[in-house]
Amino acid sequence: MKLGFFLKEAFRAMRRNAAPSFAALAAIAVTMVVVGVFIPIVQATQGSANGVRNQVEVDVYMKTSATRAEENRVRGELLGISGVKRVVFESKAQAFAQESKSDPAAYALLSSNPLPDTFHVIPANPANALAIRSAILGHHGKLLDPAIQNVSNHTSDTKKVLEVTKLVTITAALLAVLLILASVLLVGNTIRLSLYARRREVEVMKLVGATDWFIRWPFVIEGVLVGAIGSLIALIILGVMKVALLDPLAGNWSLLHAPQTIPFLWLVVILIGAGIGVSALGSGLSLRRFLRV
Amino acid sequence: MPNSRQNSGTRRRLPASGPGQSNARASIRSERLAAPGPSARPGGGRTVVEFRSVSLRYPSGDKGLDQATFSVERGEFVFLIGSTGSGKSTVMRTLIKELEPTSGTISVAGRDLSEISRAKVPYYRRNIGMVFQDFKLLPNRTVYDNVAYALQVTGHSRREIRAKVPDILRLTGLSLKLHNYPDQLSGGEQQRVSIARAFVNHPPLLLADEPTGNLDPDTSIDIMRLLYRINRTGTTVLVASHDHAMVNRMRRRVLELSGGRIVRDEATGLYVRDESTREFAQRLRNPPQAPESL
Repeated sequence: MKLGFFLKEAFRAMRRNAAPSFAALAAIAVTMVVVGVFIPIVQATQGSANGVRNQVEVDVYMKTSATRAEENRVRGELLGISGVKRVVFESKAQAFAQESKSDPAAYALLSSNPLPDTFHVIPANPANALAIRSAILGHHGKLLDPAIQNVSNHTSDTKKVLEVTKLVTITAALLAVLLILASVLLVGNTIRLSLYARRREVEVMKLVGATDWFIRWPFVIEGVLVGAIGSLIALIILGVMKVALLDPLAGNWSLLHAPQTIPFLWLVVILIGAGIGVSALGSGLSLRRFLRV
Repeated sequence: MPNSRQNSGTRRRLPASGPGQSNARASIRSERLAAPGPSARPGGGRTVVEFRSVSLRYPSGDKGLDQATFSVERGEFVFLIGSTGSGKSTVMRTLIKELEPTSGTISVAGRDLSEISRAKVPYYRRNIGMVFQDFKLLPNRTVYDNVAYALQVTGHSRREIRAKVPDILRLTGLSLKLHNYPDQLSGGEQQRVSIARAFVNHPPLLLADEPTGNLDPDTSIDIMRLLYRINRTGTTVLVASHDHAMVNRMRRRVLELSGGRIVRDEATGLYVRDESTREFAQRLRNPPQAPESL
């Protein structure tokens, strides 16, 4: 009975205050469209940045004369270096097969395999790559193990990759924070405005002896409804955009690099949740100052 | 308050509040009121409202009330008069705990208002009907829903609401305006709605702050008649007004405020207790040339 009453009150308020309700609804819808576009973009950026970072590794080339025993010893030594996540061994034959795949004609001309056995040392954190490399190189040109021929030299590349990806990550995070702040302020302000128009009503309710929550519930429910409808409108717009623009393009993008982004269903859940949450919370909290009668 | 207007009753200046004073006043009043008979005072004289040296200073430094002391007994019909800024509305607002006095105690039905916590204020207010000069109706609701809201707040069932609201609307003469919105009503009708809303819970105390301030004389009489009718059901009624002519014709107890002090407390002459509302309205329309009012 109570819930029914509150629901009826919320619907009545929306019907009788159509203009402010519409303003709040539009604010939520616009905000959610922007957020909905931004989440996959941030994710794609982060994904690409992480993809690049994860390719950072240190390659250790063995002497061609290295024996199986030496190789096992070197593997143990490499794993002993702090910050190493794992060590992947690639034999001469595997390396040859791998390389010849990319250019079969060129490799077919070779009579013997020029490639050495290789250890790919993958750091736990890409930022450690350079420290690991200097540990393998040792001091004064004395390598970690005599069986090691050489260590890959990508110092400057690794540095650049690390710096750029860090910058991209920070920028994206900053933008996301700003966007969320802007949307909360926009929605909050719109709700305040619509409540301000009804502050007299709240005052009267208090004088009649309504408790704070008796007054607040219809406003919160109205917030939930406005948030839900606004998010739904945003989702329809996003869905149309996805089907009309993104899906045809996706075929072309996959040639370059298909960024792993959020599944659409999750996006739907997050947007509706956020829309309802912000709107209901905004209504409930903004009402507080009008309740002090 | 010009002297020529005053009735001879039991007029007293109250120099300052002090112990024993309320007793003195009570004895004077009971003397006057003894005339209509022993049953004249419904409720056996239980005190409904009691102000004990209440002072209130607004944050701006203005004085709202200054050592105000008075009490109102159950079933009384009391006028609060005084010019603008004399503290009439402040008395009303402290009574519904919208304002807190700076010092002194206010009790309603024996309960000290300062002991009511903020969370309990809504429950306390349900025992008080409140009528305002500007009606304070909910603009988005029909007459019916405005009155029903006061019942919904107190958790009445839909069945009770459906039974009670038409009753009270009939009492206030609004049966034909059930589905109108406040902006479709005249000022008098709006005030009737607000009285209906204030009275639908049958509160023991009804406060009216300048209920006729925005209304023409004829409509004002109707509103006063309605308030009197409510008073006759046993409800204590406290009316703030600056309409001296009306107050004098009503012949009810008058408290006058000036600068936040109670400067007059009298039971006006010819305080007729068992008057019917019809006689009452007739007297308001055609004031008898009683010697007191000359």
